[in-house]
Amino acid sequence: MLRQIEGSKAVGEAVRLARPQVICAYPISPQTHIVEYLSRLVKAGSLVGCEYLNVDSEFSAMSGAIGASATGARTYTATASQGLLYMVEAVYNASGLGLPIVMTVANRALGAPINIWNDQSDSMSQRDSGWLQLYAEDNQDAVDLHIQAFRIAEELSLPVMVCMDGFILTHAVEAVDLPTQEQIDAFLPAYEPRQVLDPAEPVSIGAMVGPEAFTEVRYLAHQQQMHALDLIPQVAAEYEAATGRAAGGLVSTYRTDDADTVVVALGSVVGTLKDTVDELRDEGRKVGVLAIKSYRPFPLQAIREAIGHIPTVVVLERAFAVGIGGIVAPEVRTALRGLDYRNYCVIAGLGGRPVLKTSLRDMIGKAESGTLAKLTFLDLNQELIDHELARMEAKRRSGPAAANIRRELGAGRGHL
Amino acid sequence: MFQVRFHGRGGQGVVTAADLLAFAAFDNGRFAQAFPNFGSERMGAPVVSYCRIDDRPIRNREPVIEPDALVIQDSTLLRQVDLFSGFKSDGFVVVNTTRSLEELGLSDLVAGHTPGRIVTVPATEVAMRHVGKPMPNAALLGALAALTGIVEPGAIEKAIHQRFPSAVAEANVAAAIEVFDIVSGSREESVNA
Repeated sequence: MLRQIEGSKAVGEAVRLARPQVICAYPISPQTHIVEYLSRLVKAGSLVGCEYLNVDSEFSAMSGAIGASATGARTYTATASQGLLYMVEAVYNASGLGLPIVMTVANRALGAPINIWNDQSDSMSQRDSGWLQLYAEDNQDAVDLHIQAFRIAEELSLPVMVCMDGFILTHAVEAVDLPTQEQIDAFLPAYEPRQVLDPAEPVSIGAMVGPEAFTEVRYLAHQQQMHALDLIPQVAAEYEAATGRAAGGLVSTYRTDDADTVVVALGSVVGTLKDTVDELRDEGRKVGVLAIKSYRPFPLQAIREAIGHIPTVVVLERAFAVGIGGIVAPEVRTALRGLDYRNYCVIAGLGGRPVLKTSLRDMIGKAESGTLAKLTFLDLNQELIDHELARMEAKRRSGPAAANIRRELGAGRGHL
Repeated sequence: MFQVRFHGRGGQGVVTAADLLAFAAFDNGRFAQAFPNFGSERMGAPVVSYCRIDDRPIRNREPVIEPDALVIQDSTLLRQVDLFSGFKSDGFVVVNTTRSLEELGLSDLVAGHTPGRIVTVPATEVAMRHVGKPMPNAALLGALAALTGIVEPGAIEKAIHQRFPSAVAEANVAAAIEVFDIVSGSREESVNA
């Protein structure tokens, strides 16, 4: 049924449809509305057979989720930003132990400096954690991906993060078509664990593994993710059969067939990019968009097949690796290895900076003419940086840069 | 596409106003997207929220840069924030105030503008009478609906009822309808004049 609903509540409804048995969470902005909503559903008795564990930290949230999942319960949690970092030790254990937990990451910047707004630094910091990572373009996508995530996770016995841009999606009210319980019950059968802690048949989970077998255990984890490259499109097809809606998959393309330039991106910025592309197409410019839906596993072959024919490729990222630059861009270059094309990496939307159509148009124009810098920070205020660099040059005890830059901007005074 | 930007302060229901407008537009069979531009979430701090309404799905996620309508929930922001950034010369403005546009220093804005598109309403006073709290958002939505015709008043009424318990909803609906009637009436007059 089509409903006008806040993104967080829509995700709460999607999780309800998946019939989780344990939800173990700790609130942090911008994820809070999701777990608040779910806790209300449990308390009101409208999430039957589900226990909600209100814990004292994110570390406890993931530890509780691990325990619950190991006993064979369908388990869900959600977090963001420093909350994700606080649970990292347990995050790696969840994947290493092969526990199919589904977790929403309501993407938010990492501090310091502290910042509550959106970028994807948090989930990108866990790209090597052994979890699968799916990225939602809009709230419909977020709903569909969450339901698919349970199927994928349980089939592989691996945990899945569903990443959705904090505030931009979690706090956006828009129309979402929620599947019916009957549709989802048919699509997502009860969880049948591959391993389970059962007093009647005792086993140990989490054995120590030495040099003689550690490589093999890790290799198997990689194999499982490679297997997911086949499973994810298959689950998407089954979801479409069950609900009538195409969603999920490894990548999605928009007007790429005859494109001379393509922008590759993840998450909510894809929507703004599609609008920008439509405007440029109206001007006769051959531009398209590739959305990476599954970032882990990384769909090398699907990307090569989708955009290997396009001579100019811009990877737009909402996070970056200090000391090298793009995180996604080098992986896209791996996908396109050996092809003759121009590639650019653009870092945009850090810490909640809006990604504007005018800036995207400018970026695409420069890529088309070959004048875009290989590594570009979109809408960078160079004057502000030069000023701070000069201050640092002039005086050794120049003070904290973040505070200096804020003062320089006249923070709090008159900007949207 | 019709784009609205709401300006107010934390605690004035600025985010709720955009949400309610989106719910009302959805009820009228349209596509709508509402989202906040959160700053530090504290009482009194400037808050901005946005609502887009269209006949097709809305994909753009950038803030509303060039609003078709502005709702100013707190006129003290006029001195603090560039409220009219990107504003069009034929755009609509609803200002919550008991003062005149001249007293607010907006004479220049009015002079170069399509006549009848900038209105002031005493939304806080109306809210105090009906709701008993300085919560002007519902009343301002009534004014916006009357001024622009972008949503039907019945849809706003329904959105308010969906959002709030019945007693609170009734009070807010009464505030919205009162202001809707005031602004509709004054528009009739200006059309007849």
